[in-house]
Amino acid sequence: MPSVDIRKRIVTVEDIFHEGGPKAATPYRRAAILSVIKNPFAGRYVEDIVGFSDDLKPLGLDMALALIAALGGDPKAIQGYGKGAIVGAAGEIEHGALWHVPGGYAMREALGGAKAIVPSAKKVAGVGARLDVPITHIDASYVRSHFDAIEIGVVDGPRADEIVLVLAMTTGARVHDRAGGLKASEIKGQDGLR
Amino acid sequence: MKANIRKIVTFVEETRSEMGRAVTPPTRRAAAVAVIENPYAGQYVEDLSGLIDIGEELGAMLTERAVAALGIPGAQAQSYGKAAAVGENGELEHAAAILHPKLGAPVRKALGKGAALIPSSKKRGGPGVALDVPLGHKDAAFVRSHFDGMEVRVADAPRANEIVVAVAITDSGRPHPRVGGLQHSEIKGEDGLR
Repeated sequence: MPSVDIRKRIVTVEDIFHEGGPKAATPYRRAAILSVIKNPFAGRYVEDIVGFSDDLKPLGLDMALALIAALGGDPKAIQGYGKGAIVGAAGEIEHGALWHVPGGYAMREALGGAKAIVPSAKKVAGVGARLDVPITHIDASYVRSHFDAIEIGVVDGPRADEIVLVLAMTTGARVHDRAGGLKASEIKGQDGLR
Repeated sequence: MKANIRKIVTFVEETRSEMGRAVTPPTRRAAAVAVIENPYAGQYVEDLSGLIDIGEELGAMLTERAVAALGIPGAQAQSYGKAAAVGENGELEHAAAILHPKLGAPVRKALGKGAALIPSSKKRGGPGVALDVPLGHKDAAFVRSHFDGMEVRVADAPRANEIVVAVAITDSGRPHPRVGGLQHSEIKGEDGLR
């Protein structure tokens, strides 16, 4: 099994107390974990890449568990999630797509079986690029209060032959949620949508 | 005066390899960043003592968070730095009031010692502006392996009437330091310089 070469890892946690409105009794928390890894396919076209997705599974689970730990350690406290990838300039967007399966399933496993599709964003970009990682409710994609995003980036990555892999999680609704729509308290949580 | 804190963001960076060469143990640095209301935005105020008090409050809180994010006892911290970014309706002197008179004492208290000057930077800027927090050895400013910097930024801050305040702490110097000078192992740590 080809090993995954990790150069660095970054964890970001935001505690949001208010945004000009009433102070939240418990701050809304939004966090992301980033791994900067070597892109084994950089600089050339490789047809058969899908096996690398399997190689990323242990890393995905490790990142998901570390992210839950950064948010206090209780998987039940996690209500929203998302994922993303930034592929360095010597790679292709398809390399970022290899993160869909290991990133998504790792979070589901670590959270004990979340139902909703994990929203994602990815791009090919240079060192220091920023990515807005979309976030939705873990069991019902239509929960409007939980639609959010977290901006992330790595000052010195991705280098041309690297990929930045990202997982994001949140602990609730936006801090001053009042745009209506489906509420978390109203979901059935069976089809991943409502 | 107490700080009106909108959010707190923590960052942890762990560098595991550099130029393909393993960093063992990984170098780690953390920053805790508070986004606060600038009580003096939009007006010239002669007496900045409210912000000086806020500096003391944030020095304790942010150091505690950064050390907790690294998961080490405060005494194991090796280098530190501080910085502030003032939103467009404030002045650089507001950053100075937070950073310089009283922020340092609680930082040193949390870290056990801290004979060296805490290196600092400040600027005025808009939301998402990057702060390069300078880093220096906490007990001996001349330790060359620990001259470093950490970029932090908060995507939605500072708004015009806000200030972003950062404290950065490490448990190590740069990865693969090899430009000579005073070593961590050689310091006396009494005068803050060597």
